[in-house]
Amino acid sequence: MSKRRFEGSGLRIYTVLYLLFLYAPIILLPLFAFNSGTIIAFPLEGFTMKWFDLMIGNATLRQALFNSLTIAVSASILATCLGIFAARASTRFEFPGKAGIMGFIMLPMVLPEIIVAMSLLVVLLGMGVQLSILTVIVGHTLMCMPYAIAVLSTAFGTLDKSLEEAAYDLGETKWSAFRLVTLPLVMPGIISSLLISFTISLDEFIIAFFLAGNQPTLPTYIFSQLRFPKAIPMIMALGTVLVALSIILLALGEYFRRRGNARIGAKPTGGFL
Amino acid sequence: MSDNRYDRLEAAKPMIECREVHKYYGDYHALRGIDLTIRAGEFFSLLGPSGCGKTTLLRTIAGFEDIDSGVVLIDGKHMEDVPANKRPTNMVFQSYAIFPHLTVAENVAFGLRRDPRTKAEKAQLVEEALAMVGLKGYGARAAHALSGGQRQRVALARALILKPKVLLLDEPLSALDRKMREQMQVELIKLQRQVGITFVLVTHDQEEALVMSDRIAVMFEGQIAQLDGPEALYARPATRRVANFIGVMNFLPANVVSETDGVVTVEVPGLGMVELPEKQISRANPDDDGPTIGFRPETMTIVPANQTHTQPRETNATIDEVVYYGDMTYYDLRLEGAEGPNGQKARPVRISMRNVFGRDVPEVGTRVRVAWSPGSLVLFR
Repeated sequence: MSKRRFEGSGLRIYTVLYLLFLYAPIILLPLFAFNSGTIIAFPLEGFTMKWFDLMIGNATLRQALFNSLTIAVSASILATCLGIFAARASTRFEFPGKAGIMGFIMLPMVLPEIIVAMSLLVVLLGMGVQLSILTVIVGHTLMCMPYAIAVLSTAFGTLDKSLEEAAYDLGETKWSAFRLVTLPLVMPGIISSLLISFTISLDEFIIAFFLAGNQPTLPTYIFSQLRFPKAIPMIMALGTVLVALSIILLALGEYFRRRGNARIGAKPTGGFL
Repeated sequence: MSDNRYDRLEAAKPMIECREVHKYYGDYHALRGIDLTIRAGEFFSLLGPSGCGKTTLLRTIAGFEDIDSGVVLIDGKHMEDVPANKRPTNMVFQSYAIFPHLTVAENVAFGLRRDPRTKAEKAQLVEEALAMVGLKGYGARAAHALSGGQRQRVALARALILKPKVLLLDEPLSALDRKMREQMQVELIKLQRQVGITFVLVTHDQEEALVMSDRIAVMFEGQIAQLDGPEALYARPATRRVANFIGVMNFLPANVVSETDGVVTVEVPGLGMVELPEKQISRANPDDDGPTIGFRPETMTIVPANQTHTQPRETNATIDEVVYYGDMTYYDLRLEGAEGPNGQKARPVRISMRNVFGRDVPEVGTRVRVAWSPGSLVLFR
């Protein structure tokens, strides 16, 4: 391996600019969240916590947060459970039309979200279903499934087929063999799937906007508040909390994933961080 | 392997019986009428090239594969409606299938989960099983940290702790390096003698099958080509294909001269006239052109000049190639009298001889006498 760096090639400057462009806006969030001025502009005026107080005191925001969490938790659990079935079926069994079926399940990943949202809205209204958090959960489950399956297929695919057979051969039933052997071994994949689905659902806007009826979710609430300049510092505070939560969540997920892998002696591959 | 063991196995009751077993994967006919009896206490091998159906047959016995027709009995009981987890068989998988999230002891104890015995009794059994495979004191180790050979031992202990009537081994040594493999072969033989359980081994390695087995079923394309003990299989292959698969065999064209009372007289260029009794006659491959004579490399020996030998026949030959192996030397010989009708050189035959200290290895081009016996020939027709 040569020890040549980016010297002289300009790549170093490019890298710095690239990272700045990516992360500078996010660094601005906490800056203005703790800034006492109401206008989002430099110079900063003074330190304050009032935007956080305002945020906590806001009932609609609390409702939006509660809705978003309910939706994200439900959708990630649903998508992951359904994903387990699909991933196991696609990695363990051969059946006619498998490629086609898997293709259709994975399709929402590449379909324009607005098309999915619109068609779902038309169908749901046509069926006379009342728009609510439930309909958003259904939509988000659909959106999260491909990601869940992608993660879970890797977990199931790398699993030795004979492990489950060995458990069965040693007297377990098919179900207890799955529970005692397969499930613990794919657990890192399940946690990854839950986390990814949760993250996707939490910041998903289009489907939530179309299918939530009059219920706010965090993204739709933030969007609606952007029209009011006075509310922007509070949104900055909310953004700060969300960024902090995301980092904590991802770090936790990664910790469990690594611990799980170390326990079964798997090589540390991939992961978020 | 004493005569005693052979007699005892001969008299033992059948443990596994397959009658007219057929298995299809879609259009693919994987097992084509397998008829087979494996006796209690036997070390039995299913030998064949990949795709011959040997693993399918093993998985059929284990209960992992349903059969399309025929009967499988284990210890006299029909296995048709008995799933794998209720059969008196346990399996050692090719990949060993050690549960990586459990310790060695938890792996070995896995099959005892439904056993009513107390924790202490089970722990005792696990200790005994680990000691039996030479892993005493390894119980607390993480299974994923073991070497290939150790995993294999854990897999053996995990299967044997349940005291199955039959232990099924699916190419258990193929993942090990040569030294380890040879060591495990000996250990497996000892273990089988010790526990007395019927072992059924699947392997594509003919040497491994010869070393370990009481009897071997050689399989090609879903059928059993020959079922015999190692010596019989090696010395009297039933077909030319079996002869080709097991060890090295030389083939020479033969002309049948006469046939009386089952004794066939053939004329072999290079060897002369030979009479062969019925037991030395096997089946040729369908696409062979005409009968051939086969013999193993070690059945012919070069006689040093001025020395005598006790073999009934002697032929002259020229050394065409010498391949030195340390303990052995292989010689390619052109037999005199085996030249083609238009004076083409004779096709070389390969013989092998153990090297003896102080005896020179003859050089290429030397004309030598080779001694042999008609009793070591097989006629494929």
